[in-house]
Amino acid sequence: MIDVHGLTKSYENKKVVNQVSLLIKKGTFTACIGPNGAGKSTLLEMLGRLVPYDEGHIYFEGDELRTVTRSTLATRLSVLKQSSQLSVGLTVRELVSFGRFPYTKGKLTPHCQAVINRSLAYLNMTDMQDRRLDTLSGGQFQRAMIAMVLSQDTDYILLDEPLNNLDMHHGVQMMQTLQNLVQDLGKTVVLVVHDINFAASYADRIIAMKDGYLFASGTTNEVITESVLSELYEMDLDIIEKDGVKYCFHYK
Amino acid sequence: MKNKKWIILYSLLAAGILLAIYLYLTANTRGQPTFALRLRSQRLLPFIFVGTASATATIIFQTMTQNVILTPSIIGLESLYIFLQTAGLFFLGTEHWLTTDARLNFIFSLLMMAIASVLLFGLFFKIQPGNLYLILAVGIIMGTLFSSLTQFLQVIIDPNEYDQLFARTVASFNRVEISLTLLSIMVILPVLIYLYSERNRLDVLHLGNPAASSLGIEVDRYQLVLFLMVSLLTAAATALVGPISFLGFIGAHIAYRLFGTYRHTVLLTGASLITILFILVGQLLVEHLFKLRVTLGVIIQFVGGIYFLLILLREGRGVHD
Repeated sequence: MIDVHGLTKSYENKKVVNQVSLLIKKGTFTACIGPNGAGKSTLLEMLGRLVPYDEGHIYFEGDELRTVTRSTLATRLSVLKQSSQLSVGLTVRELVSFGRFPYTKGKLTPHCQAVINRSLAYLNMTDMQDRRLDTLSGGQFQRAMIAMVLSQDTDYILLDEPLNNLDMHHGVQMMQTLQNLVQDLGKTVVLVVHDINFAASYADRIIAMKDGYLFASGTTNEVITESVLSELYEMDLDIIEKDGVKYCFHYK
Repeated sequence: MKNKKWIILYSLLAAGILLAIYLYLTANTRGQPTFALRLRSQRLLPFIFVGTASATATIIFQTMTQNVILTPSIIGLESLYIFLQTAGLFFLGTEHWLTTDARLNFIFSLLMMAIASVLLFGLFFKIQPGNLYLILAVGIIMGTLFSSLTQFLQVIIDPNEYDQLFARTVASFNRVEISLTLLSIMVILPVLIYLYSERNRLDVLHLGNPAASSLGIEVDRYQLVLFLMVSLLTAAATALVGPISFLGFIGAHIAYRLFGTYRHTVLLTGASLITILFILVGQLLVEHLFKLRVTLGVIIQFVGGIYFLLILLREGRGVHD
């Protein structure tokens, strides 16, 4: 469980995250949505302890996040930011192997190899494991990064826009993979996502941010409504329902 | 398969070094082999340790800044060294211990460089944690300041003193004393041992700061430690033989190309061997082809400068590919 109380972060006197309080239960799939510049990524970075927070508290499984050492945290929570290609020549398998660093500090045990193989297979990258990263497409690179996070084998996984660079097919596959992680392996996944319909179709809970404030949070059904979304994005949109899932039309 | 290639490369480099050492010790002894052997074998240790220190400092520095065209010289330690030598001679004269006692000069220079880098990084670590490039920018400015001050003093200095100064501020292995070598090894060796023990953690830095943090590395603090280690290596090598900015750069880049890996174990070892070989060949040229009319520093700057331009051109082209 991640328990957030009055979290605030300023950059040069502008509060990018302002008095945010929320609760992320273990074993849930949470999507964080909102307009550009709403503070979604900063919130995720603070939850993953990539940037310090100015005010408020984050209790990670009961402990104030600041007091958890980073090496301990790395075995329980992983966070992936959007990243471009790496400058260094690595193969996919070598990249994924880095996920085991928090446990064995660089030496790979047979158990590590098994986890790495499983992670590669989970993202359909087994055939590509010996390819160098600089020969991959944007989408393949993204999947390789997710495979690394998977091999870190943490209970909590935070992802910043993992659907970037993915086409429809791979976008759906990625969301299904993440959903399986939650449903089959009991992981807790939080992701920042721009496509509302992906959030609506797969997430259990939705956090909506606007201007640094928590605008709305609740189950997917509670947040994906015309009144909440039209105010959140300040535009007219329609909600339709098909096979029990709500979709948002916002192209006109 | 990769391991095999590395072992072959190591063997070739080691063989090259042994051959160069043999040539260095035995060439042109003018009928005095024992005398030459004693004199020349004293210089082998500085070759090995300066080469290793310089190559290691460059690779670590490039890893922590994630930029392969930087050298540790941009933090301005070498300019500070030259300034200290110049100012010492200018204000205190040729009779002062700073000029006459090489050992005290070494310790004094090393201390000043270490203090300067601790101040530079320590200050910024407090005020602007994580902003590595700002520190580097300040380093460049300080380096330029010291260079300008040095130039000013060198223009008005006594010509006789300038001769003496020139000998000290151009990298040279010709004047290295064994007592100084041992002093610098006492600084360099522990740092090298520490960095080799950190090889796996260093590899993780290749993934970028956010990913390295997510994998459990306290990146800001780690960069502080690495910065100090790089400073110590650079300071010790500089105080021993003078400014050698391009030396490690050449070794590091040839190692990146030859070994084609991200692993620091392989890169650090390979780059050190290449750099040692480069010094040995350079020194052979200096002593026997150029008859000591040029110093190794001049050759390093010449070859290194050309190589640096080539790298810049290649990196520039790579962007458009």
